[in-house]
Amino acid sequence: MSEPAVLEVEGVTKRFGAGASEAQVLRGVDLRVEAGEFVALVGPSGSGKSTLLHVLGLLQTPSEGTVRLSGLDAGALDDAGRARLRRERLGFVFQFHHLIPSLTAEENVRIPLALASGSMRATLRPRALESLRAVGLEAKADASARTLSGGEQQRVAVARALVAQPGLVFADEPTGNLDTENADQVFRLFRRMHAERNTAFVIVTHDVALAARCDRVVTLVDGRVTSDLRTPSGAA
Amino acid sequence: MPIEIFLAWRFLRDGRLQTGLIVVGASVGIAVMVFLSALMAGLSTSLVRQTLGTQAHVVVRPAEQVARALRPRPGDTLVVAAVERAPRRLRSIVDWPARQLEVASMPGVTAVAPSVVGAAFALRGTTRRSVTLLGVDARSFGRIYAVEAHLRSGRFGVSATGAVLGVALAADLGVRVGDRIRLQAAQREPETLRVEGLFDLGNRDVNERWVLVAMRTGQTLLDLVGGASRLDVAVSEVFEAERTARRIADRTGLDAESWMARNGQLLVALSSQSASSMLIQFFVIVAVALGIASVLAVSVVQRGRQIGILRAMGAPRGRVVGVFLLQGVIVGLASSVTGSLLGAGLALAFSRQVENPDGSPTFPVELGPWLFVRAVTVATAVGWTAAVAPARRAARLDPVEAIRNE
Ligand SMILES: Nc1ncnc2c1ncn2[C@@H]1O[C@H](COP(=O)(O)OP(=O)(O)OP(=O)(O)O)[C@@H](O)[C@H]1O
Ligand SMILES: [Mg+2]
Repeated sequence: MSEPAVLEVEGVTKRFGAGASEAQVLRGVDLRVEAGEFVALVGPSGSGKSTLLHVLGLLQTPSEGTVRLSGLDAGALDDAGRARLRRERLGFVFQFHHLIPSLTAEENVRIPLALASGSMRATLRPRALESLRAVGLEAKADASARTLSGGEQQRVAVARALVAQPGLVFADEPTGNLDTENADQVFRLFRRMHAERNTAFVIVTHDVALAARCDRVVTLVDGRVTSDLRTPSGAA
Repeated sequence: MPIEIFLAWRFLRDGRLQTGLIVVGASVGIAVMVFLSALMAGLSTSLVRQTLGTQAHVVVRPAEQVARALRPRPGDTLVVAAVERAPRRLRSIVDWPARQLEVASMPGVTAVAPSVVGAAFALRGTTRRSVTLLGVDARSFGRIYAVEAHLRSGRFGVSATGAVLGVALAADLGVRVGDRIRLQAAQREPETLRVEGLFDLGNRDVNERWVLVAMRTGQTLLDLVGGASRLDVAVSEVFEAERTARRIADRTGLDAESWMARNGQLLVALSSQSASSMLIQFFVIVAVALGIASVLAVSVVQRGRQIGILRAMGAPRGRVVGVFLLQGVIVGLASSVTGSLLGAGLALAFSRQVENPDGSPTFPVELGPWLFVRAVTVATAVGWTAAVAPARRAARLDPVEAIRNE
C-alpha cells in the first residue's frame, strides 16, 4: 500500500449531549476508502449514517477516533484548515439541494471555484458551464435557481459538487427527494464522473436498488459497521 | 468581484422589500441628521454674522484708571472716605497712531480702525434724540463695519461737515439726505451738519443711535482733539477673537474686549443648542443602527441553509462575516446618499417656507460639503457596526444544523 487511502477513519465515536441525555450515535467506526472507490452507505433510519457522513466530511468533529484525508489528520486542523480541506478536496450533495435561490444556476455552480480563488470572476464561467453541460442543464445556465424544477435543482447541486473536481464526494440521500427517473439520472451522473475522473464517492441511500449499483456496500447498524461487501457489479 | 461583495449584493437584492424598507428607514434617520446639522450651522452662522454686523471683533480702549489711595504720612490726620469711581470721562488712547500700527501688525489681525466715540444729542427743530456719536475715518471704519453695503441712500464718505445716520434715527428726526441736523456734545455749542447718507445695519439699536461723522469733527464735538477713544479691530478667524484680544491687551497694556466676551450668552445658547441637536442625532443614529441590525439578524435566520451550504463547501468563517458586514455597509452607503438628498431638500424647503418680513429665511440653512462627508462616514460606520452581531452569528452557525434534512 504505497499511496494513503483517500479516506481513512479509525475508532470514530460520536456522542451528543451529556449526562442523562447523552446519546451515543457512533460506536467505533473503522473505514477505509481508496481513491476512485464507489461506496454505498446503508442502514436503518437513525443508525448514524448522516452523522458519520458529517464526521467524514469534516463538518463535525468525532468524540473519539481519527479521520484522515489522503493521509492528512483532520483532528490536527483548526476550523479554517478543515474549511480549506473541504474547499479543495471534498464535494457535497444533500437530500435537499441547498442552492442559493437568488443566484442563477451557473452562479451557484461557480461558487466553489470562486471560494477557491476568492473572487466571483467571469473567467470561471466556462468551467461552471462545462459542469452544467455534464448534468445536461447548460441551457438553463442563466435561469434563476428558484425557477428550476426539483430534479433540475438537484442536478445543479451535483454540478456544483463536482465542478472543482474533488477527489471525494459525499452524498446524503441525493435522490431521496426525486422521482425514479430523476434519481436514475443523478445516479448515472455520479457513475460517469467516477468513470471519467476516478472520483471517489460515499453515498448514503435507502434505495436498495441504487445501493446494488455501487461497487461496495457498507452497512451501519446502531452506530457500528455490521457488514462491508463488494457487490457483484463492483467485483466485476 | 470579491465573492463577499457579490453575495452581499445578491442577498440584498433578493430581499428587496426588507432592503427597501430599511434603506428608507435609515435614509430618514440620515436625513434628520443632515437637516438638523444644516439648520444648526445656518442658525449659528447667521446669528454670529448678525452680531458681528454691528460689533467689531475686538474693541481696544484706554486702560481702566484705577483710583489709588494716598499713602498717609506719619502724623497726618487720616480721613476715611468712600472711594467713588470718577464718572467715565472720555479719554484718548495714549499715542494711538503707534498703537494702531502695533495692533495691525499682529498675526490674525486684518484691519484696525481708530475712532472717537461718545454720547451726544441730535437736534432738529424741537426734536431731540440722544445718540452715539462716532468720529471715524470712513476708509478704515468701512473695513470693520459694512456701512457702504447697507446704505439706504446717499453715500458714506463723511466730509468735515457731513453726518451719516441710521434709518430709524433719520425717521425719528424726520430728515433725509441733504437735510441738516445739529449735534451737541460735551456741553459745547451745537454744530450743524448735513445728512450725507442713511444706513440700515440690521440692528434696531444701531439704526436708532449711531451718527457717523468725520474723525476731526468728532474730536472737536467730543472735546478730544487729536485723540482716539478706541480702536476697532477685525480678525481673520472670528472665533479666535478672544485669543487675539488677550494678546493685544498683553502687548499694549490697553483694554481689549472681544465680541465673544461681550456676547457670552449668545455663545452659551449656541453651544447648548448644538449639544441638544447632537443628542437628538445620536439617538436617531442608534435607532437606525438597531433597524439595520434587526433586518440583518432576520436575514441570517432566513438564509441559515444557504450559509450552511457555503460553510460546507469550505467558505471560511471570515468570508461569511464579510458577506454580512458588507450588507450593512451597502445599506449604510445607500441610505447616506438618499438621506443626504432628502435632508438637504428638507432643509432648503424649510428655509424657504418660513421667511422674515424682508424675505430672508427665518431659519437659514448651511449645506456644506462636510455635512455630506459626515453623513456618508457616519452611515457607513453605523451600517458596519450594526452588522457585526448578525455577521458573527452567521459565522458561528453550525453547518450541520443548517443542513439537516428536515
Ligand atoms: N445534534 C444532535 N443532538 C442529539 N442527537 C442527535 C444529533 N444529531 C443526530 N442525533 C441523533 O443521532 C441519531 C442518528 O442520526 P442520523 O441523522 O445520523 O441518522 P441516519 O442514519 O442518517 O438516519 P436517517 O436514515 O433517518 O437519515 C439519531 O437518533 C439522532 O436523533
Ligand atoms: Mg440521515
